[in-house]
Amino acid sequence: MSDERKLPYVMAFNEAVSQAMEADPSVFCAGEDIGAFGGVFGTFGGLQAKFGADRVVDTPISEQAIVGLGVGAAATGLRPIVDLMFMDFICVAMDQIVNQAAKLKYMFGGEATLPLTITTAGGGGLSAAAQHSQSLEAILCHIPGLKVVYPSTPYDMKGLMTACISEDNPTVMVKHKRLLGMTGHVPAERYEIPLGKANIVRAGKDVTVVAYGRMVHESVAAAEKLAAEGIECEVIDPRTLQPLDTETIVESAKRTNRVLVVHEAVRFGGLGAEIAAQIQEQAFDYLDAPVGRIGAPFSPVPFSPALEQHYIPDAKAIEAGIREALLRVGA
Amino acid sequence: MSISPDKQFDLHRRMVRIRLFEEAAGRLAEANRLPGFLHLYVGEEAVASGVCGALNDDDHITSTHRGHGHLVAKGGDFNRMMAELMGKATGYCKGKGGSMHISDLSLGMLGANGIVGAGSPIAVGAAFANKYRKQGQVAVAFFGDGATNIGAFHEAANMACALHLPIVFACENNEYGEFTPRDKTMAITDIVDRAAGYGMPGVIVDGMDVIAVHEAALEAVERARTGGGPSLIEAKTYRFYNHHGVQNLGLKYRSDDEVARWKERDPIFTLEDRMVENKVATRQQFEDIWTQLRNDIDNAIKFAEESPVPAPDQVLVDVYTQKAGAR
Repeated sequence: MSDERKLPYVMAFNEAVSQAMEADPSVFCAGEDIGAFGGVFGTFGGLQAKFGADRVVDTPISEQAIVGLGVGAAATGLRPIVDLMFMDFICVAMDQIVNQAAKLKYMFGGEATLPLTITTAGGGGLSAAAQHSQSLEAILCHIPGLKVVYPSTPYDMKGLMTACISEDNPTVMVKHKRLLGMTGHVPAERYEIPLGKANIVRAGKDVTVVAYGRMVHESVAAAEKLAAEGIECEVIDPRTLQPLDTETIVESAKRTNRVLVVHEAVRFGGLGAEIAAQIQEQAFDYLDAPVGRIGAPFSPVPFSPALEQHYIPDAKAIEAGIREALLRVGA
Repeated sequence: MSISPDKQFDLHRRMVRIRLFEEAAGRLAEANRLPGFLHLYVGEEAVASGVCGALNDDDHITSTHRGHGHLVAKGGDFNRMMAELMGKATGYCKGKGGSMHISDLSLGMLGANGIVGAGSPIAVGAAFANKYRKQGQVAVAFFGDGATNIGAFHEAANMACALHLPIVFACENNEYGEFTPRDKTMAITDIVDRAAGYGMPGVIVDGMDVIAVHEAALEAVERARTGGGPSLIEAKTYRFYNHHGVQNLGLKYRSDDEVARWKERDPIFTLEDRMVENKVATRQQFEDIWTQLRNDIDNAIKFAEESPVPAPDQVLVDVYTQKAGAR
């Protein structure tokens, strides 16, 4: 029974890539260590053995050229998947991502099509310190021409990765490092989850929590704890951060009248600021409390587990944020 | 010259088309009839023409901020080019790219580029796709001497060699990175010295001699097409005008003598002299070519000036491709 089928998040990614490569000979992968080694987290494991070294390509440690390889190959008719290993490394390739991939179509008057997927691993929690733990998605969401996807479950991973590969625009697929081993239901057949469509993970009437990536699970844990007290939280996972499904978020805010946005990225200038602004623009009269934001403090990600566990938001912090949103007396 | 008379005329025509387009663009800019920046290719015509003359229509090139010459040499249409420079809806990029992003994907021209060095990694991608498809296409990355100092070039050259891709790195060494002379920004005299560091053959050619450039390009393109991997061509050339625009803006970074010496070696007039000397052409033939192409330019300016500007609602069009295309 397909309902029984379970896969880890990392293998859901791998299966999406594998099935896309089977279906479309123009799909290929390139990146550091992805071939014989199978990728730093095993994300591309077994694919070179299956599809050959011409389609699963080991590259030099050259992030600009890796993304450039994808841009040039996409502009000339292939459907590349290029891997940047850690999200921090997008900074090394920023010209190719921001000035080239994102803008080529527009600058060329619409003539170029760039079906390019850039994959990377974001988030902290592995004591990987300040250059291997960042959540830089807000920077990418700020760039017109890019799409940004951040799955929180194995099911969403496969469906969203399949959609990224089918997408005719440059898309950044962010895997959360601490979700790689998470197991969940994944159908064997190929399926797509449309980009730009949020998922209501948990329905509730008292408060809306918007969270993505690993923070979805921390938010659900907080919501379950509060449910014991009769507080019903609605947890929304946007899944795609650009384009953002503001419609679903605003609709929920209008029902619950209270919203908390949660992310692992630093709070200042994070996606939570944009989501809060959208809600106050579109649902100001419905709000019974300011839109709350939970995010990391404004510092680089610290190394020591003692510091990092304090740094990354958790269910306890989210629970406190929800209680604060509920403190205000409604109209 | 082992290059056929027909090919000599072809290369000459490409150069004259570039010269006339650029001179016209310069005049229009001086008269404030072009918005934005303008980096003129005058003086360097032999490089784009000699290299693109060795390519097929379905081969790819990436270009630079000084990119008009590459598009003209690849067969670019004057009307759509001039309209783009004027920011018109009929331009190559519908007025959204301008001089620094002018492109024609149907001619394999993957765009002028406002970021120095950024074209080379994209050319590597085109070369990868060409190798992947196994249809014998090649890619050429055009770039200047200054671009070889930026990391993107190094990454691209190394990756192209590591993956043994069908690509030619065509360096236009015009001796200046913007306003700073090459000898202030690198400790070597010849860019070609860098080729060995990547494991590819490199050759220096006289970038004012279109035949010499063409012969070197034929060899490098043939090597790429037949599985021999990347090559580097360093063409020693010179920018007759400024880094951007026509005027010197009061800056004196090159001596009049130096400019005059290079202008004596004008790539178009020296080719004409040789072709007449070798009895391949007559002065009258050249007169007729210039007259006809001047007429094309005049028509292009007229076309561009009479073209509509883009409607304001076009700002949000083509940020994204709307349809999903994959299987």
